[in-house]
Amino acid sequence: MTMSNNPQLNRNGELQHLLTTEGLPASILLNILDTAESFIGVTERDVKKVPLLRGKSIFNLFFEPSTRTRTTFEIAAKRLSADVVNLNIAASSQSKGETLLDTVNNLSAMHADMFVVRHSQSGAAHLIARHVQPEIHVINAGDGRHAHPTQALLDMFTIRHYKLDFHKLRVAIVGDILHSRVARSQIHALTTLGVPEVRVIAPKTLLPAKVGRLGVHVYHQMEQGLKDVDVLLMLRLQNERMLSARLPSAEEYFKYYGLTQEKLALAKHDAIVLHPGPMNRGVEIDSAVADGKQSVILPQVTFGIAVRMAVMSILAGN
Amino acid sequence: MQLPDVEQLLANLARKIQPDIAANTALVGIYTGGVWLAKRLHRDLEITLPLGTLDVSFYRDDFGQIGLHPQVKPSDIPFEVEGSHIILVDDVLYTGRTIRAAINELFDYGRPASIRLATLIDRGGRELPVTAQYVGAELALSLDKMLALEKDIDGRLSLSLYNKNTP
Repeated sequence: MTMSNNPQLNRNGELQHLLTTEGLPASILLNILDTAESFIGVTERDVKKVPLLRGKSIFNLFFEPSTRTRTTFEIAAKRLSADVVNLNIAASSQSKGETLLDTVNNLSAMHADMFVVRHSQSGAAHLIARHVQPEIHVINAGDGRHAHPTQALLDMFTIRHYKLDFHKLRVAIVGDILHSRVARSQIHALTTLGVPEVRVIAPKTLLPAKVGRLGVHVYHQMEQGLKDVDVLLMLRLQNERMLSARLPSAEEYFKYYGLTQEKLALAKHDAIVLHPGPMNRGVEIDSAVADGKQSVILPQVTFGIAVRMAVMSILAGN
Repeated sequence: MQLPDVEQLLANLARKIQPDIAANTALVGIYTGGVWLAKRLHRDLEITLPLGTLDVSFYRDDFGQIGLHPQVKPSDIPFEVEGSHIILVDDVLYTGRTIRAAINELFDYGRPASIRLATLIDRGGRELPVTAQYVGAELALSLDKMLALEKDIDGRLSLSLYNKNTP
């Protein structure tokens, strides 16, 4: 048996850590989506828990503030009967000068079974995954501009739920591609799952220089980019970007790239609109669209719990 | 070894279950074989409550050893569990561990009035105090044998015997 080059896979080719959607075979992505289907039913029962991870300790290591993502991981872990510890490290040891790996060593000594890691530095989750003992699993909950695999997977789950098949879809990712770990993870997942046409729509200042290498079609105008699209993946425009020189103003961004009903009408009549949240209403998306009948933004949140339950239980079993 | 005919066993099972059917009797099949059998019994016994299905993967006691089953199916209990008389249906009753998991899962849907167990084959070898109230046939098998219910492309059900460790 040869050792795998992919740090996410164990020597049997099974998922050991979930760090990025890049380089994962379609079979692993589909297994996560299929397993998540089974967890949807669990979350609709009176008792919203299964005993699968009873006795396991899961540490949410959030080196970057996030309420929403941390909460969904916490709920997912609790519904699997795991014990969850939330560490908001931005406000604790790191400010006292402890290094990332010292923090991880300390928590490993407390017999952690799984780390869920959010960090502003790209590669932080990889670093931890390389460092921990083989029985510990790591989930990347967002690292810098690099990857946010569970967000991309819940988006894939949502797309499959409404569109059933990936193989005939035209999908557009709209907004700040340059700074978006979500967009990168979405592009890799969509491509691996067989979506024939992935588009990115953004102003030049918010696109990475070599974005074409990822196999996507690049558009700078909504009018052309949204034509005949089945799925719109909206990205959050982060406030700090608006203050930078990359954008003149939120109002002007909304005028050209904000998703309104008029612009949405350019896509297919049954197109669905996704957004990873939290939304900036009136910046990247108009309220009429966010709350409209083509929006699947709230189902995304529900599916996100089931997808994270699936990832945690698959990892814990490998 | 001559294995019994599944159609005959199903008829046996149906005949035994028939006198106990009440208005709030529900059938629940356990994936995969138990669901095939439960579908047949549900139709043949004209059960009014909709058929339930269980995949016990999230309740198994060997998760720590073998991990999550790769093809988990969604469990679906489309009737009110509270107060219902449930008959669990499985293909082969062996250690009893699957049934333990199924009972635990059912209780997360509500408190049934009763749970009984119907199995096509009871092959002995129990590791838990589990017993079936309705049995198609008893079959004494050695530990190295694996008995499986199979379905062909025309939907016909049959039993097959395998040696363990040989795929």
